[in-house]
Amino acid sequence: MAEKKVFGLLAEFDSAQSIYPACEAVRDEGFKHWDAHVPFPVHGLDRAMGLGPSKVPWIVLGMGLLGATLGFTLEWWTMVVEYPTPIAGKPFFSWPAFVPVTFELGVLFASLGAVFGMFGINRMPTFHHPLFSSERFGAFSDDKFFISIEARDPLFDERKTKKLLKKLGATHIEEVMEE
Amino acid sequence: MAMVKDALDPVHGRAPLILGNPSYKDITEAVARPIELSNYRGWWVGFLVSASLLGVLLVSIGYLFWEGTGIWGVNNPVGWGWAIVNFVFWVGIGHAGTLISAVLFLFRQRWRTSINRFAEAMTIFAVICALIFPGIHVGRVWVVYYMFPVPNQMDMWPNFMSPLLWDVFAVSTYFTVSLLFWYVGLIPDFATMRDRSVSKVRKLVYAIFALGWRGSMRAWVNYERAYALLAAIATPLVLSVHSVVSFDFAVSFLPGWHTTIFPPYFVAGAIFSGFAMVLTLAIPARKIFKLEHIINEKHLENMAKVILLTGSLVGYAYAMEFFVAWYSGNPYEQFTFINRATGSFGWAYWIMVTCNVITPQFFWFKKLRRNVTVLFILSIFVNIGMWFERFVITMSLSADNLPSSWDYFKPTFWDISTLVGSFGLFFTLFFLFLRWIPMVAISEVKGVLPQANPHSHHGSVSGEDAYVDSAKEVLAHG
Repeated sequence: MAEKKVFGLLAEFDSAQSIYPACEAVRDEGFKHWDAHVPFPVHGLDRAMGLGPSKVPWIVLGMGLLGATLGFTLEWWTMVVEYPTPIAGKPFFSWPAFVPVTFELGVLFASLGAVFGMFGINRMPTFHHPLFSSERFGAFSDDKFFISIEARDPLFDERKTKKLLKKLGATHIEEVMEE
Repeated sequence: MAMVKDALDPVHGRAPLILGNPSYKDITEAVARPIELSNYRGWWVGFLVSASLLGVLLVSIGYLFWEGTGIWGVNNPVGWGWAIVNFVFWVGIGHAGTLISAVLFLFRQRWRTSINRFAEAMTIFAVICALIFPGIHVGRVWVVYYMFPVPNQMDMWPNFMSPLLWDVFAVSTYFTVSLLFWYVGLIPDFATMRDRSVSKVRKLVYAIFALGWRGSMRAWVNYERAYALLAAIATPLVLSVHSVVSFDFAVSFLPGWHTTIFPPYFVAGAIFSGFAMVLTLAIPARKIFKLEHIINEKHLENMAKVILLTGSLVGYAYAMEFFVAWYSGNPYEQFTFINRATGSFGWAYWIMVTCNVITPQFFWFKKLRRNVTVLFILSIFVNIGMWFERFVITMSLSADNLPSSWDYFKPTFWDISTLVGSFGLFFTLFFLFLRWIPMVAISEVKGVLPQANPHSHHGSVSGEDAYVDSAKEVLAHG
């Protein structure tokens, strides 16, 4: 049987108050491939981890403009070019009447962009992940807070990293294997 | 320090949002536990009654498809009968859900976390009920695809200048966005359900819906941003949807319909009826599932205040309609409104005024706002009143510009069975929701607990103070 590789270390914390300084410390050590796993978005934890702003807004903006453009083009093309029908003597290009559908399609595309863009950036769905092999990890969705540091991080050293996490107040540390 | 604090006072009473100072685990347990138990006899009774009514709906629709719209009471001139009344009624109900989840989110009203899941579910089910009516009322149901811009062999396209077509886009967009918003909010809670599941099948199903959520802060950052943007998008959307619904009426030439007050008046009415429906559903559900500490009197009272505000707006709109009819000097307008109050549908008009204008005024009194029984009863009156509002508006058709074509509208058995059946559909979906999906947003509620603030000393400050603290910190450090 092939030797299983170490995925990384998983450290458990008891509270939002204890994981916050721990994240600041891991950030200051210079780790890159690490993460925090929390039951709810702890306020300001992204800054404590040194994370940049999300890219989701750009996707939403782009998709919203695309949807509105498509909507307006569809209306113009069908009502003016492809199927011009005189209705109540109104001009074929009655652009004020095209506003509601343009707006709705802009909104529809923007929200699809928000959700599926977020899924894309977060790589969802990912049903198999080494962390799921940990017995304790499931508590992240209940009342525990975790920090995971991956073995592929250049600063990762099993003994030293373990020591660091212990010093930061982890109540339990375990080694997680690749699947 | 002998000052007596009113714990529900919005200014002085900084009571925690969630009562009883629970731990994170207590919240998980309180919400997830009822879903995992299976011996709710009350649930089965409710579910089976609803499912039977759903059967009534299916039979009614089946007969409608077989026989045609002649089975309804529609006639000339009342070509729009209960189908449009029910459609507008259900769409309106939905609006409170979006208001709670989106608008209150943008205004940082953190009390919404206890009720938003619930209200969003209500929105989705109500919009499903609403979507049925335009789908079935067209008569030739096999060409219902004419409503959509589908390329076809006749080279024919829908008329984009028609408010009825705007409605198709508005309501279907509204449904899609509400569903996405609801589902995104559910992902962390599905993960909670997955991680708690004992049975393999259960775990698998929840795992599929949780999309492999690992509570990663890197994912939360994008998640929160996407959620906030959805809220920002849904806010103008919810206002646009009922405005577009009102255009169905306002863009026509009929006296009583052709007015500019319709969009805001419809939106206010929609929020009014929706909040009433949230109360009607939440009051029994929080009792049955023992969630009174999470959905507490403060939440109910806040909803009562929204009902008071929007109900008064609706009352103002009723008065303003009369004023404008008189002020316009248009005899057809004037006749329509006098006829509304004193004509053959006067009885419906006064039911509407009693339920929608008088009922909410009781909520000026603190005692009544905080009495759960009173809230429940009055919320049902509002639901009834708002159905009658749409009925009264639609019945403007019965006395149009040409007196020789006037006629009275009488609903038939099938009109009534379709309306009753739509409640069956709504409650069937709602009971399934209560049974399988966390009815309170677990992760969001945890986020408003005092101990969720990473800089608080455990439990020493209330949720809102903690929030103020963290806001100060953001201002200080960017």
